[in-house]
Amino acid sequence: MKIKKEASAGTATKNDALITISPRDAEGIEVELKSIVKVQFGDQLIAAAKGMAQEMGVTSALIKIEDKGALDYVIRARVEAAVLRAQGGADE
Amino acid sequence: MRRTMLFMPGSKPGNLLNGDVYGADSIIIDLEDAVALAEKDSARILTKHAMRTFHYDCELIIRINSLTTPFWQADLDAVIPEKPDVIMPTKIYTADDIRTIDAYITEIEKAHGMEVGGVKLLPLLETAASIEHAFEIATASPRMVGLYLGAMDLALDMKATRTHEGYDIAYARSRLVIAARAAGIDALDTPYTWDIHDNDGLAEETRMVKNMGFNGKACIYPGQVEVVNDIFSPTKERYEWALAIVKGAEEAEAQGKGVVAVNGELVDGPVIIIARNTVAEYEKINGVHRS
Repeated sequence: MKIKKEASAGTATKNDALITISPRDAEGIEVELKSIVKVQFGDQLIAAAKGMAQEMGVTSALIKIEDKGALDYVIRARVEAAVLRAQGGADE
Repeated sequence: MRRTMLFMPGSKPGNLLNGDVYGADSIIIDLEDAVALAEKDSARILTKHAMRTFHYDCELIIRINSLTTPFWQADLDAVIPEKPDVIMPTKIYTADDIRTIDAYITEIEKAHGMEVGGVKLLPLLETAASIEHAFEIATASPRMVGLYLGAMDLALDMKATRTHEGYDIAYARSRLVIAARAAGIDALDTPYTWDIHDNDGLAEETRMVKNMGFNGKACIYPGQVEVVNDIFSPTKERYEWALAIVKGAEEAEAQGKGVVAVNGELVDGPVIIIARNTVAEYEKINGVHRS
């Protein structure tokens, strides 16, 4: 599944992350991470975001993460919400 | 045991991370009033992932959006497979509302191979109609474990003005306790919302509702939990009084005596039942194991 429109979920506040998912021309999922703990946990956060998107069947997308100390479960939840919103799903 | 039920918004990751550290017997993850309309989807998704990640060391209750909204089924779809202890339906009017929710939960439980009836119900009675139908609601489903009074919405529905003394909801409190007791389930009181730092006012109101027969009270601020827990917990002196009666009753029964005398005082059946309940409650709260 390709992401065809941009959508966001979450917030750039403590313990949370603002996730924005948008279309990407090429195949594959690219993740851009901005985080104060990027050095320590960057790989883990990127893996959580990419893993969630793949579980949902996303094959092509750009995911931008503005992290403010979110745990993995928050990243996964925010990616799921953003993907559903991009598909016009959830409550939209 | 539901002395305290602490609310936390389902939209805030920080709250979901450590909701069980404040000592409440239950936490209520709120998908209803605490969540903005535009965030209903993200809150239920976040709550679902939190439930998969954390094992809360207390009862977990999920407050869902009402039947009058387009959200309640999606709320249940998201959280029921994660096996919450209790669902708290909102804006209930009649027993049919409970049956509608019960049937939908049953569908989800079956679809996921879960035990049917494992998830319980503890609805908010916050409409005038729900107070009028309290007993029918309390007995509408085997899932029912309690009735919880929602004062703010009830006062709104009654066109009443909330008063600190609680005159406006006095009848509703009494009616709810009677209905819950008649159905054999818990009665839970509305939170103290006048001033979250007014622990004296909170204690006064909590003592009043305890005396009315309530099992516990909801809390909207972690600082309220200890105050409410203390009031709904038997003191050591009360425990020792009750234990003496329980032991006296056990001895009398062993000796085939019909009359129980404790410290020279005759004790009758209802007092023995109260004493047994007090002993059980104290020992559960304090981890006491008698040999």
